[in-house]
Amino acid sequence: MQLMNIINALSLEVLQLQGDFNVEVRGGYTSDMLSDVLAHSREKNIWITFQTHQNVVAVAKLKDLAAVIFVNNRTPDEDTLKRAREENVILLRTADSAFGISGKLYGLIMPKD
Amino acid sequence: MSGENVLSQSFEIIGGNFGRAGKASTTVKDILKELGIDPSIIRRTAIATYEAEMNVVMYAEKGEMTLRVTPEMVHLHLQDQGPGIPDIKLAMKEGYSTATPEMREMGFGAGMGLPNIKKNSDLFEISSEVGKGTRLEIVIYLNPKVKANP
Ligand SMILES: Nc1ncnc2c1ncn2[C@@H]1O[C@H](COP(=O)(O)OP(=O)(O)OP(=O)(O)O)[C@@H](O)[C@H]1O
Ligand SMILES: [Mg+2]
Repeated sequence: MQLMNIINALSLEVLQLQGDFNVEVRGGYTSDMLSDVLAHSREKNIWITFQTHQNVVAVAKLKDLAAVIFVNNRTPDEDTLKRAREENVILLRTADSAFGISGKLYGLIMPKD
Repeated sequence: MSGENVLSQSFEIIGGNFGRAGKASTTVKDILKELGIDPSIIRRTAIATYEAEMNVVMYAEKGEMTLRVTPEMVHLHLQDQGPGIPDIKLAMKEGYSTATPEMREMGFGAGMGLPNIKKNSDLFEISSEVGKGTRLEIVIYLNPKVKANP
């Protein structure tokens, strides 16, 4: 499913507009530990996290992630937004918890058996 | 090491500077992309460089990362000035970390960095002198066949 369709379906708030909203999302990964995300996330995954600092942008860029969703309405600081604009990393926000939004995203994009 | 250099570039890494952290690694990634290196090689290099860069930021005063790309390999050399690692075998163990509570709050300190580097490199060497600093050498071959017959 294309990222923009996921954003619409899950009513995610878009925090900055630089990046590829047409990207075909291939799953997601939920974690707050950066080394864990580096090791186990896959290209074009959506990363769901509580962390909002600049290093999140670096990890998302290095792993070619489709976007990052901040949970519990967590707000990144201006430096994080600036770096995301520079690096074309799409940042999204939800009022849901990590559990809640992970479940919704899973239901939306993972194949049913 | 044989082979004509395609490119060689060094990056300074400043200890404790979490704001700038990751800049060296993202720049290396951009360079490799520009050179048309295979995406899977770029991805492995990105993991190794970021983990190595963050360790300098987290634990050392400063360091330097040198990237060399030859027709055969991506070669990374890191040298830092810092406390060094007293027990390298222990530091290499997944889950071992001396990260501070502040670092852990930021999502560092899983104790996965060094194991991640090792997993993603074809050759990995680490040496350290306590009170002086730590040195890493990382090789990722561009052609998977080279790995089988070094
Ligand atoms: N450059 C370095 N200088 C001094 N000590 C280091 C250095 N790199 C690693 N260490 C030591 O080795 C330990 C393990 O490093 P490793 O990168 O595997 O995990 P971490 O940095 O603690 O956590 P993570 O990488 O998952 O965020 C560190 O906690 C630290 O004690
Ligand atoms: Mg580390």
